Amino acid sequence: MRRAINIVPGSGTRILLALLPFLLIACLYVVVSAERRAANPGDKLLPPITEMATSMDRLATEPDRRSGDLTLWSDTAASLRRLFIGLGAAAAIGLVLGLALGLLPVASAGLSPLVAVMSMIPPMAILPVLFIVFGLGELSKVVLIVIGIAPFLVRDLAMTVAAIPSEQIVKAQTLGASTWQLMLRVALPQAMPRLMEALRLSLGPAFLFLISAEAIAAESGLGYRIFLVRRYLAMDVILPYVAWITLIAYVLDWLLARIARRGFPWGYVQETRR
Amino acid sequence: MSEIRVHNVWMEYGDQIVLETISLDIASGAFVSVVGPSGCGKSTFLRMILGQERPTRGIITFDGAALPAEPGPDRGVVFQRYSVFPHLNVLQNVLIAFEFAESPFTAKLFGAKRKAASEKAEALLEAVGLGEHAWKYPSALSGGQQQRLAIAQALAKEPKVLLLDEPFGALDPGTRAQMHALIKPLWRERGMTVIMVTHDLKEAFGLGTRLLAFDRPRIDPQAPERYGARIIYDLDLSRDGPVPVLGFSRPIETSTVSQETKRSMPHA
Repeated sequence: MRRAINIVPGSGTRILLALLPFLLIACLYVVVSAERRAANPGDKLLPPITEMATSMDRLATEPDRRSGDLTLWSDTAASLRRLFIGLGAAAAIGLVLGLALGLLPVASAGLSPLVAVMSMIPPMAILPVLFIVFGLGELSKVVLIVIGIAPFLVRDLAMTVAAIPSEQIVKAQTLGASTWQLMLRVALPQAMPRLMEALRLSLGPAFLFLISAEAIAAESGLGYRIFLVRRYLAMDVILPYVAWITLIAYVLDWLLARIARRGFPWGYVQETRR
Repeated sequence: MSEIRVHNVWMEYGDQIVLETISLDIASGAFVSVVGPSGCGKSTFLRMILGQERPTRGIITFDGAALPAEPGPDRGVVFQRYSVFPHLNVLQNVLIAFEFAESPFTAKLFGAKRKAASEKAEALLEAVGLGEHAWKYPSALSGGQQQRLAIAQALAKEPKVLLLDEPFGALDPGTRAQMHALIKPLWRERGMTVIMVTHDLKEAFGLGTRLLAFDRPRIDPQAPERYGARIIYDLDLSRDGPVPVLGFSRPIETSTVSQETKRSMPHA
Protein backbone atom coordinates (compact mmCIF):
# COMPACT_ATOMS: atom_id res chain seq x y z
CA MET A 1 0.00 0.00 0.00
CA ARG A 2 1.40 3.38 -1.03
CA ARG A 3 1.42 6.23 1.44
CA ALA A 4 -1.54 8.59 1.14
CA ILE A 5 0.76 11.54 0.39
CA ASN A 6 1.97 9.79 -2.78
CA ILE A 7 -1.43 9.10 -4.29
CA VAL A 8 -1.92 11.79 -6.95
CA PRO A 9 -5.24 11.93 -8.83
CA GLY A 10 -5.22 12.11 -12.64
CA SER A 11 -6.87 15.03 -14.43
CA GLY A 12 -10.21 13.20 -14.93
CA THR A 13 -10.38 12.07 -11.32
CA ARG A 14 -9.43 15.57 -10.24
CA ILE A 15 -12.49 17.11 -11.97
CA LEU A 16 -14.71 14.39 -10.56
CA LEU A 17 -13.37 14.93 -7.06
CA ALA A 18 -13.87 18.69 -7.41
CA LEU A 19 -17.50 18.28 -8.52
CA LEU A 20 -18.34 15.72 -5.88
CA PRO A 21 -18.76 18.06 -2.86
CA PHE A 22 -20.92 20.43 -4.93
CA LEU A 23 -23.17 17.58 -6.04
CA LEU A 24 -23.41 16.29 -2.47
CA ILE A 25 -24.50 19.70 -1.16
CA ALA A 26 -27.06 20.04 -3.98
CA CYS A 27 -28.47 16.55 -3.26
CA LEU A 28 -28.63 17.30 0.46
CA TYR A 29 -30.52 20.53 -0.26
CA VAL A 30 -33.03 18.84 -2.56
CA VAL A 31 -33.75 16.08 -0.04
CA VAL A 32 -34.10 18.38 2.98
CA SER A 33 -36.18 20.91 1.06
CA ALA A 34 -38.57 18.16 -0.15
CA GLU A 35 -38.92 16.83 3.38
CA ARG A 36 -39.76 20.27 4.80
CA ARG A 37 -42.33 20.78 2.02
CA ALA A 38 -43.89 17.42 2.83
CA ALA A 39 -44.23 18.36 6.50
CA ASN A 40 -45.47 21.91 5.82
CA PRO A 41 -46.68 22.91 2.30
CA GLY A 42 -46.33 26.61 3.21
CA ASP A 43 -42.63 26.33 4.19
CA LYS A 44 -40.55 29.29 2.93
CA LEU A 45 -37.13 28.53 4.37
CA LEU A 46 -35.81 26.00 1.85
CA PRO A 47 -37.79 26.43 -1.39
CA PRO A 48 -37.42 23.70 -4.03
CA ILE A 49 -35.08 24.38 -6.93
CA THR A 50 -37.96 24.64 -9.40
CA GLU A 51 -39.46 27.49 -7.36
CA MET A 52 -36.14 29.31 -7.28
CA ALA A 53 -35.80 28.83 -11.07
CA THR A 54 -39.26 30.33 -11.65
CA SER A 55 -38.51 33.36 -9.46
CA MET A 56 -35.17 33.94 -11.16
CA ASP A 57 -36.74 33.52 -14.58
CA ARG A 58 -39.29 36.16 -13.63
CA LEU A 59 -36.60 38.56 -12.33
CA ALA A 60 -34.35 38.00 -15.34
CA THR A 61 -36.90 38.17 -18.18
CA GLU A 62 -40.04 40.07 -17.07
CA PRO A 63 -39.81 43.87 -16.77
CA ASP A 64 -40.46 45.20 -13.29
CA ARG A 65 -44.00 46.60 -13.05
CA ARG A 66 -42.88 49.83 -11.43
CA SER A 67 -39.60 50.69 -13.13
CA GLY A 68 -39.89 48.63 -16.31
CA ASP A 69 -36.32 47.24 -15.88
CA LEU A 70 -35.29 43.61 -15.94
CA THR A 71 -34.58 43.41 -12.22
CA LEU A 72 -31.70 40.88 -12.13
CA TRP A 73 -29.72 42.60 -14.88
CA SER A 74 -30.28 46.15 -13.65
CA ASP A 75 -29.28 45.05 -10.12
CA THR A 76 -26.16 43.33 -11.47
CA ALA A 77 -25.20 46.33 -13.62
CA ALA A 78 -25.63 48.77 -10.73
CA SER A 79 -23.59 46.64 -8.33
CA LEU A 80 -20.80 45.89 -10.81
CA ARG A 81 -20.52 49.55 -11.73
CA ARG A 82 -19.97 50.48 -8.07
CA LEU A 83 -17.59 47.57 -7.59
CA PHE A 84 -15.44 48.35 -10.64
CA ILE A 85 -15.21 52.07 -9.93
CA GLY A 86 -14.30 51.31 -6.32
CA LEU A 87 -11.70 48.67 -7.22
CA GLY A 88 -10.25 50.88 -9.96
CA ALA A 89 -9.91 53.90 -7.70
CA ALA A 90 -8.43 51.79 -4.90
CA ALA A 91 -5.94 50.21 -7.32
CA ALA A 92 -4.87 53.63 -8.61
CA ILE A 93 -4.40 54.97 -5.08
CA GLY A 94 -2.60 51.77 -4.09
CA LEU A 95 -0.19 52.01 -7.01
CA VAL A 96 0.63 55.69 -6.66
CA LEU A 97 1.06 55.68 -2.89
CA GLY A 98 2.62 52.20 -2.84
CA LEU A 99 5.31 53.25 -5.33
CA ALA A 100 5.97 56.49 -3.49
CA LEU A 101 6.16 54.86 -0.05
CA GLY A 102 8.21 51.93 -1.32
CA LEU A 103 10.80 53.98 -3.18
CA LEU A 104 11.05 57.39 -1.52
CA PRO A 105 12.37 57.37 2.05
CA VAL A 106 10.95 60.84 2.67
CA ALA A 107 7.46 59.84 1.55
CA SER A 108 7.69 56.68 3.62
CA ALA A 109 8.79 58.58 6.73
CA GLY A 110 5.98 61.07 6.30
CA LEU A 111 3.09 58.86 5.28
CA SER A 112 3.70 55.27 6.42
CA PRO A 113 2.50 55.80 10.01
CA LEU A 114 -0.58 57.64 8.73
CA VAL A 115 -1.44 54.81 6.34
CA ALA A 116 -0.85 52.25 9.08
CA VAL A 117 -3.27 54.07 11.41
CA MET A 118 -5.84 54.73 8.66
CA SER A 119 -5.89 51.08 7.68
CA MET A 120 -7.05 50.22 11.20
CA ILE A 121 -10.19 52.38 10.99
CA PRO A 122 -13.11 49.97 10.61
CA PRO A 123 -14.69 51.15 7.33
CA MET A 124 -18.22 50.16 8.42
CA ALA A 125 -17.89 52.41 11.46
CA ILE A 126 -17.48 55.48 9.27
CA LEU A 127 -20.23 54.50 6.82
CA PRO A 128 -22.65 56.96 8.50
CA VAL A 129 -20.04 59.69 8.04
CA LEU A 130 -19.80 58.79 4.34
CA PHE A 131 -23.59 58.94 3.97
CA ILE A 132 -23.62 62.34 5.67
CA VAL A 133 -20.71 63.74 3.66
CA PHE A 134 -21.29 62.17 0.25
CA GLY A 135 -25.06 61.71 0.41
CA LEU A 136 -27.00 58.52 -0.18
CA GLY A 137 -26.10 58.32 -3.89
CA GLU A 138 -23.52 56.27 -5.73
CA LEU A 139 -20.51 58.17 -4.41
CA SER A 140 -20.79 57.07 -0.78
CA LYS A 141 -20.92 53.37 -1.79
CA VAL A 142 -17.88 53.69 -4.03
CA VAL A 143 -16.01 55.62 -1.36
CA LEU A 144 -16.77 52.89 1.19
CA ILE A 145 -15.16 50.28 -1.09
CA VAL A 146 -12.15 52.53 -1.67
CA ILE A 147 -11.69 53.27 2.03
CA GLY A 148 -12.10 49.59 2.79
CA ILE A 149 -9.44 48.19 0.48
CA ALA A 150 -7.10 51.03 -0.54
CA PRO A 151 -5.05 50.99 2.72
CA PHE A 152 -4.40 47.27 2.30
CA LEU A 153 -3.34 47.78 -1.31
CA VAL A 154 -1.07 50.71 -0.38
CA ARG A 155 0.71 48.78 2.34
CA ASP A 156 1.00 45.62 0.30
CA LEU A 157 2.43 47.40 -2.74
CA ALA A 158 4.76 49.57 -0.65
CA MET A 159 6.16 46.37 0.86
CA THR A 160 6.50 44.75 -2.57
CA VAL A 161 8.32 47.76 -3.99
CA ALA A 162 10.56 48.05 -0.93
CA ALA A 163 11.47 44.38 -1.37
CA ILE A 164 12.94 44.94 -4.84
CA PRO A 165 16.65 44.06 -4.36
CA SER A 166 18.73 47.18 -3.77
CA GLU A 167 21.14 45.85 -6.41
CA GLN A 168 18.51 46.55 -9.05
CA ILE A 169 17.88 50.07 -7.78
CA VAL A 170 21.62 50.84 -7.75
CA LYS A 171 22.05 49.25 -11.17
CA ALA A 172 19.30 51.43 -12.62
CA GLN A 173 21.04 54.52 -11.23
CA THR A 174 24.33 53.49 -12.82
CA LEU A 175 22.39 53.19 -16.09
CA GLY A 176 21.43 56.83 -15.67
CA ALA A 177 17.83 56.47 -14.44
CA SER A 178 16.17 59.40 -12.67
CA THR A 179 13.82 58.76 -9.74
CA TRP A 180 10.83 59.10 -12.04
CA GLN A 181 12.28 56.75 -14.66
CA LEU A 182 13.20 54.25 -11.97
CA MET A 183 9.64 54.33 -10.65
CA LEU A 184 8.15 53.96 -14.10
CA ARG A 185 10.39 51.32 -15.65
CA VAL A 186 11.76 49.34 -12.70
CA ALA A 187 9.33 49.56 -9.76
CA LEU A 188 5.94 49.88 -11.49
CA PRO A 189 6.20 46.79 -13.69
CA GLN A 190 7.49 44.70 -10.81
CA ALA A 191 4.58 45.87 -8.63
CA MET A 192 1.95 44.88 -11.22
CA PRO A 193 1.76 41.11 -10.58
CA ARG A 194 1.43 41.79 -6.85
CA LEU A 195 -1.28 44.39 -7.55
CA MET A 196 -3.29 41.75 -9.41
CA GLU A 197 -2.85 39.28 -6.55
CA ALA A 198 -3.81 41.92 -3.99
CA LEU A 199 -6.89 42.83 -6.02
CA ARG A 200 -7.91 39.16 -6.08
CA LEU A 201 -7.60 39.04 -2.31
CA SER A 202 -9.56 42.31 -2.06
CA LEU A 203 -12.53 40.99 -4.04
CA GLY A 204 -14.09 39.45 -0.93
CA PRO A 205 -13.84 42.61 1.22
CA ALA A 206 -14.95 44.75 -1.77
CA PHE A 207 -18.16 42.73 -2.11
CA LEU A 208 -18.66 42.86 1.65
CA PHE A 209 -18.53 46.66 1.65
CA LEU A 210 -20.62 46.92 -1.50
CA ILE A 211 -23.45 44.79 -0.17
CA SER A 212 -23.36 46.44 3.24
CA ALA A 213 -23.69 49.89 1.68
CA GLU A 214 -26.47 48.72 -0.64
CA ALA A 215 -28.32 47.05 2.22
CA ILE A 216 -28.47 50.30 4.14
CA ALA A 217 -29.30 52.83 1.45
CA ALA A 218 -29.81 52.12 -2.25
CA GLU A 219 -32.44 51.94 -4.96
CA SER A 220 -30.94 49.09 -6.92
CA GLY A 221 -28.18 46.55 -6.63
CA LEU A 222 -27.73 42.94 -5.67
CA GLY A 223 -27.38 43.70 -1.97
CA TYR A 224 -30.36 46.04 -2.07
CA ARG A 225 -32.56 43.32 -3.60
CA ILE A 226 -31.56 40.69 -1.06
CA PHE A 227 -32.30 42.97 1.87
CA LEU A 228 -35.56 44.15 0.23
CA VAL A 229 -37.09 40.71 -0.27
CA ARG A 230 -35.88 39.58 3.17
CA ARG A 231 -39.05 41.23 4.50
CA TYR A 232 -41.15 38.63 2.66
CA LEU A 233 -38.93 35.73 3.66
CA ALA A 234 -38.38 35.30 -0.10
CA MET A 235 -35.69 32.66 0.11
CA ASP A 236 -36.48 31.72 -3.51
CA VAL A 237 -34.88 35.07 -4.49
CA ILE A 238 -32.24 35.40 -1.79
CA LEU A 239 -30.54 32.05 -2.34
CA PRO A 240 -30.19 32.39 -6.14
CA TYR A 241 -28.95 35.97 -5.68
CA VAL A 242 -26.27 34.76 -3.25
CA ALA A 243 -25.26 32.07 -5.73
CA TRP A 244 -25.16 34.69 -8.52
CA ILE A 245 -22.93 37.04 -6.46
CA THR A 246 -20.64 34.14 -5.62
CA LEU A 247 -20.40 33.19 -9.28
CA ILE A 248 -19.57 36.78 -10.29
CA ALA A 249 -16.87 37.02 -7.61
CA TYR A 250 -15.41 33.66 -8.64
CA VAL A 251 -15.29 34.64 -12.33
CA LEU A 252 -13.69 38.01 -11.50
CA ASP A 253 -11.05 36.24 -9.43
CA TRP A 254 -10.35 33.81 -12.26
CA LEU A 255 -10.19 36.65 -14.81
CA LEU A 256 -7.70 38.64 -12.70
CA ALA A 257 -5.53 35.54 -12.36
CA ARG A 258 -5.62 34.97 -16.13
CA ILE A 259 -4.86 38.62 -16.95
CA ALA A 260 -1.93 38.63 -14.53
CA ARG A 261 -0.41 35.49 -16.05
CA ARG A 262 -0.93 36.77 -19.60
CA GLY A 263 0.33 40.27 -18.93
CA PHE A 264 3.25 39.51 -16.65
CA PRO A 265 4.52 36.03 -17.53
CA TRP A 266 7.93 36.77 -15.97
CA GLY A 267 6.27 37.12 -12.55
CA TYR A 268 5.05 33.53 -12.56
CA VAL A 269 8.16 31.66 -13.68
CA GLN A 270 8.49 29.71 -10.44
CA GLU A 271 4.89 28.59 -10.79
CA THR A 272 5.17 27.14 -14.29
CA ARG A 273 8.28 25.19 -13.35
CA ARG A 274 6.56 23.53 -10.44
CA MET B 1 41.35 59.97 -17.89
CA SER B 2 39.49 58.41 -15.01
CA GLU B 3 41.76 58.52 -12.05
CA ILE B 4 40.40 57.69 -8.62
CA ARG B 5 42.15 59.14 -5.59
CA VAL B 6 41.27 57.91 -2.13
CA HIS B 7 42.72 60.04 0.62
CA ASN B 8 42.75 58.91 4.27
CA VAL B 9 39.28 57.41 4.15
CA TRP B 10 37.57 55.93 7.21
CA MET B 11 34.31 54.08 7.27
CA GLU B 12 32.49 53.67 10.54
CA TYR B 13 29.05 52.31 11.41
CA GLY B 14 28.40 53.68 14.87
CA ASP B 15 31.16 52.24 17.09
CA GLN B 16 32.22 49.71 14.51
CA ILE B 17 35.20 50.81 12.45
CA VAL B 18 35.16 48.97 9.13
CA LEU B 19 37.91 50.69 7.18
CA GLU B 20 40.66 52.96 8.46
CA THR B 21 43.30 55.18 6.85
CA ILE B 22 42.68 53.94 3.34
CA SER B 23 44.77 55.98 0.90
CA LEU B 24 45.51 55.07 -2.66
CA ASP B 25 45.52 56.30 -6.23
CA ILE B 26 44.04 54.15 -8.93
CA ALA B 27 45.41 54.98 -12.36
CA SER B 28 43.18 55.20 -15.38
CA GLY B 29 42.80 51.87 -17.17
CA ALA B 30 43.98 49.72 -14.28
CA PHE B 31 42.40 46.36 -13.46
CA VAL B 32 42.41 46.29 -9.68
CA SER B 33 41.58 43.07 -7.84
CA VAL B 34 40.49 43.46 -4.23
CA VAL B 35 40.83 40.45 -1.94
CA GLY B 36 40.53 39.84 1.78
CA PRO B 37 38.67 37.76 4.35
CA SER B 38 34.88 37.95 4.65
CA GLY B 39 33.60 41.04 6.43
CA CYS B 40 36.82 43.04 6.06
CA GLY B 41 35.20 45.86 4.15
CA LYS B 42 36.04 45.00 0.54
CA SER B 43 32.46 45.46 -0.57
CA THR B 44 32.13 48.57 1.58
CA PHE B 45 35.12 50.00 -0.28
CA LEU B 46 33.43 49.20 -3.58
CA ARG B 47 30.16 50.77 -2.45
CA MET B 48 32.03 53.95 -1.51
CA ILE B 49 33.51 54.21 -5.02
CA LEU B 50 30.04 53.48 -6.38
CA GLY B 51 28.60 56.37 -4.37
CA GLN B 52 26.14 54.11 -2.56
CA GLU B 53 27.83 54.91 0.77
CA ARG B 54 29.73 57.95 1.91
CA PRO B 55 32.98 57.64 3.86
CA THR B 56 32.81 58.83 7.46
CA ARG B 57 36.11 60.65 7.07
CA GLY B 58 38.45 61.42 4.20
CA ILE B 59 37.85 62.28 0.60
CA ILE B 60 37.54 60.38 -2.63
CA THR B 61 38.09 62.27 -5.86
CA PHE B 62 37.20 61.09 -9.31
CA ASP B 63 39.03 62.82 -12.18
CA GLY B 64 40.04 65.55 -9.79
CA ALA B 65 36.50 66.39 -8.63
CA ALA B 66 34.82 65.13 -5.46
CA LEU B 67 33.02 61.85 -6.03
CA PRO B 68 29.24 62.33 -6.45
CA ALA B 69 27.30 61.09 -3.42
CA GLU B 70 25.07 58.80 -5.44
CA PRO B 71 25.54 56.17 -8.14
CA GLY B 72 25.78 57.56 -11.65
CA PRO B 73 26.32 56.48 -15.25
CA ASP B 74 30.09 57.09 -15.17
CA ARG B 75 30.54 54.15 -12.79
CA GLY B 76 29.04 50.88 -14.00
CA VAL B 77 28.49 47.93 -11.68
CA VAL B 78 27.95 44.19 -11.81
CA PHE B 79 26.81 42.51 -8.59
CA GLN B 80 26.98 38.85 -7.71
CA ARG B 81 23.19 38.53 -8.06
CA TYR B 82 20.05 40.55 -8.86
CA SER B 83 21.85 42.84 -11.30
CA VAL B 84 19.40 42.36 -14.17
CA PHE B 85 15.74 43.33 -14.37
CA PRO B 86 13.56 40.20 -14.20
CA HIS B 87 10.59 41.88 -15.93
CA LEU B 88 12.51 42.75 -19.10
CA ASN B 89 13.84 40.36 -21.69
CA VAL B 90 17.53 40.26 -22.55
CA LEU B 91 17.36 42.89 -25.28
CA GLN B 92 15.13 45.22 -23.25
CA ASN B 93 17.52 44.89 -20.32
CA VAL B 94 20.27 46.51 -22.40
CA LEU B 95 17.93 48.79 -24.35
CA ILE B 96 16.67 50.38 -21.14
CA ALA B 97 20.10 52.00 -20.61
CA PHE B 98 19.65 53.95 -23.86
CA GLU B 99 15.99 54.66 -23.08
CA PHE B 100 16.87 56.25 -19.74
CA ALA B 101 19.25 58.65 -21.51
CA GLU B 102 17.15 59.56 -24.53
CA SER B 103 13.61 59.64 -23.20
CA PRO B 104 13.49 61.48 -19.85
CA PHE B 105 9.73 61.32 -19.35
CA THR B 106 8.45 57.97 -20.63
CA ALA B 107 11.82 56.14 -20.58
CA LYS B 108 10.60 54.35 -23.73
CA LEU B 109 11.84 54.74 -27.28
CA PHE B 110 9.77 54.32 -30.42
CA GLY B 111 10.34 54.19 -34.15
CA ALA B 112 13.69 55.14 -35.63
CA LYS B 113 15.28 56.03 -32.29
CA ARG B 114 14.30 52.65 -30.87
CA LYS B 115 15.72 50.92 -33.91
CA ALA B 116 19.04 52.72 -33.57
CA ALA B 117 19.23 51.93 -29.85
CA SER B 118 18.24 48.29 -30.49
CA GLU B 119 21.10 47.94 -32.93
CA LYS B 120 23.57 49.24 -30.35
CA ALA B 121 22.08 46.91 -27.73
CA GLU B 122 22.28 43.93 -30.07
CA ALA B 123 25.93 44.69 -30.81
CA LEU B 124 26.63 44.66 -27.06
CA LEU B 125 24.77 41.36 -26.61
CA GLU B 126 26.79 39.97 -29.50
CA ALA B 127 29.99 41.10 -27.76
CA VAL B 128 29.15 39.18 -24.59
CA GLY B 129 27.89 36.15 -26.52
CA LEU B 130 24.16 36.52 -25.84
CA GLY B 131 23.13 37.39 -29.40
CA GLU B 132 20.83 34.41 -29.82
CA HIS B 133 19.11 34.79 -26.46
CA ALA B 134 17.78 38.33 -27.04
CA TRP B 135 14.12 37.39 -26.53
CA LYS B 136 14.49 35.32 -23.37
CA TYR B 137 13.64 36.55 -19.91
CA PRO B 138 16.53 36.48 -17.37
CA SER B 139 14.84 33.66 -15.45
CA ALA B 140 15.39 31.43 -18.50
CA LEU B 141 19.14 32.16 -18.52
CA SER B 142 21.87 30.29 -16.68
CA GLY B 143 23.86 32.05 -13.95
CA GLY B 144 26.74 32.73 -16.33
CA GLN B 145 24.43 34.12 -18.99
CA GLN B 146 22.78 36.42 -16.44
CA GLN B 147 26.20 37.82 -15.52
CA ARG B 148 27.02 38.28 -19.22
CA LEU B 149 23.80 40.25 -19.51
CA ALA B 150 24.69 42.34 -16.46
CA ILE B 151 28.06 43.14 -18.05
CA ALA B 152 26.42 44.08 -21.37
CA GLN B 153 24.05 46.41 -19.46
CA ALA B 154 26.92 48.07 -17.65
CA LEU B 155 28.90 48.52 -20.89
CA ALA B 156 25.95 50.28 -22.56
CA LYS B 157 26.72 53.50 -20.68
CA GLU B 158 30.41 53.22 -21.61
CA PRO B 159 31.42 53.82 -18.00
CA LYS B 160 34.88 55.11 -17.17
CA VAL B 161 34.98 52.77 -14.20
CA LEU B 162 33.48 49.30 -13.98
CA LEU B 163 32.93 47.94 -10.47
CA LEU B 164 32.54 44.19 -10.06
CA ASP B 165 31.34 42.85 -6.70
CA GLU B 166 32.19 39.15 -6.69
CA PRO B 167 30.71 38.92 -10.16
CA PHE B 168 31.67 35.30 -10.78
CA GLY B 169 31.38 34.04 -7.19
CA ALA B 170 28.19 32.08 -7.79
CA LEU B 171 29.34 30.41 -11.01
CA ASP B 172 30.77 26.95 -11.55
CA PRO B 173 34.51 26.78 -12.38
CA GLY B 174 34.00 26.13 -16.10
CA THR B 175 31.65 29.06 -16.56
CA ARG B 176 33.94 31.21 -14.43
CA ALA B 177 36.84 30.51 -16.80
CA GLN B 178 34.64 31.53 -19.74
CA MET B 179 33.73 34.76 -17.96
CA HIS B 180 37.42 35.51 -17.35
CA ALA B 181 38.04 35.03 -21.05
CA LEU B 182 35.21 37.47 -21.73
CA ILE B 183 36.01 40.26 -19.31
CA LYS B 184 39.71 40.67 -20.00
CA PRO B 185 39.45 41.59 -23.70
CA LEU B 186 36.45 43.85 -22.95
CA TRP B 187 38.53 45.73 -20.40
CA ARG B 188 41.49 46.02 -22.83
CA GLU B 189 39.38 47.22 -25.76
CA ARG B 190 37.40 49.81 -23.85
CA GLY B 191 40.18 51.20 -21.70
CA MET B 192 38.00 51.29 -18.59
CA THR B 193 39.27 51.17 -15.05
CA VAL B 194 38.02 47.96 -13.45
CA ILE B 195 37.80 47.33 -9.72
CA MET B 196 36.88 43.76 -8.91
CA VAL B 197 36.16 42.38 -5.45
CA THR B 198 36.69 38.64 -5.32
CA HIS B 199 37.25 35.71 -2.98
CA ASP B 200 39.09 33.75 -5.63
CA LEU B 201 42.84 34.40 -5.38
CA LYS B 202 43.56 32.74 -8.70
CA GLU B 203 41.03 35.04 -10.34
CA ALA B 204 42.48 38.07 -8.54
CA PHE B 205 46.02 37.35 -9.72
CA GLY B 206 45.01 36.10 -13.15
CA LEU B 207 42.92 39.10 -14.18
CA GLY B 208 44.31 42.05 -12.28
CA THR B 209 47.12 44.44 -13.07
CA ARG B 210 47.13 45.41 -9.44
CA LEU B 211 46.05 43.57 -6.34
CA LEU B 212 44.85 45.09 -3.08
CA ALA B 213 44.54 42.88 -0.02
CA PHE B 214 42.35 44.20 2.81
CA ASP B 215 42.67 42.89 6.34
CA ARG B 216 42.63 44.03 9.94
CA PRO B 217 46.25 44.19 11.08
CA ARG B 218 45.37 44.95 14.71
CA ILE B 219 42.70 43.30 16.80
CA ASP B 220 41.85 44.33 20.35
CA PRO B 221 40.31 41.23 21.97
CA GLN B 222 38.30 43.38 24.40
CA ALA B 223 36.93 45.64 21.68
CA PRO B 224 37.27 43.92 18.33
CA GLU B 225 35.21 46.59 16.62
CA ARG B 226 37.68 49.40 17.41
CA TYR B 227 40.19 48.61 14.67
CA GLY B 228 39.20 48.54 11.04
CA ALA B 229 40.72 46.96 7.96
CA ARG B 230 43.56 48.54 6.02
CA ILE B 231 45.23 47.76 2.76
CA ILE B 232 47.94 45.31 3.84
CA TYR B 233 49.26 44.37 0.40
CA ASP B 234 49.29 46.48 -2.73
CA LEU B 235 50.91 44.45 -5.49
CA ASP B 236 51.74 45.55 -9.00
CA LEU B 237 50.86 42.60 -11.24
CA SER B 238 51.49 44.23 -14.59
CA ARG B 239 53.84 42.47 -16.97
CA ASP B 240 56.85 44.60 -16.11
CA GLY B 241 55.95 44.95 -12.45
CA PRO B 242 58.27 43.73 -9.70
CA VAL B 243 55.96 41.01 -8.38
CA PRO B 244 56.45 37.58 -9.88
CA VAL B 245 53.06 36.25 -10.91
CA LEU B 246 53.48 32.62 -10.04
CA GLY B 247 52.29 31.26 -13.34
CA PHE B 248 48.71 31.94 -12.36
CA SER B 249 47.84 34.12 -15.27
CA ARG B 250 49.46 31.99 -17.93
CA PRO B 251 47.13 29.52 -19.56
CA ILE B 252 47.85 25.95 -18.59
CA GLU B 253 48.55 23.87 -21.68
CA THR B 254 46.08 21.11 -22.20
CA SER B 255 47.67 17.78 -21.44
CA THR B 256 47.42 14.78 -23.69
CA VAL B 257 45.54 11.65 -22.76
CA SER B 258 48.74 9.72 -22.05
CA GLN B 259 50.06 12.43 -19.73
CA GLU B 260 46.76 12.50 -17.92
CA THR B 261 46.73 8.72 -17.52
CA LYS B 262 50.30 8.74 -16.25
CA ARG B 263 49.44 11.31 -13.62
CA SER B 264 46.34 9.63 -12.28
CA MET B 265 47.67 6.05 -12.52
CA PRO B 266 51.48 6.21 -12.09
CA HIS B 267 51.92 2.43 -11.89
CA ALA B 268 49.84 1.51 -14.88
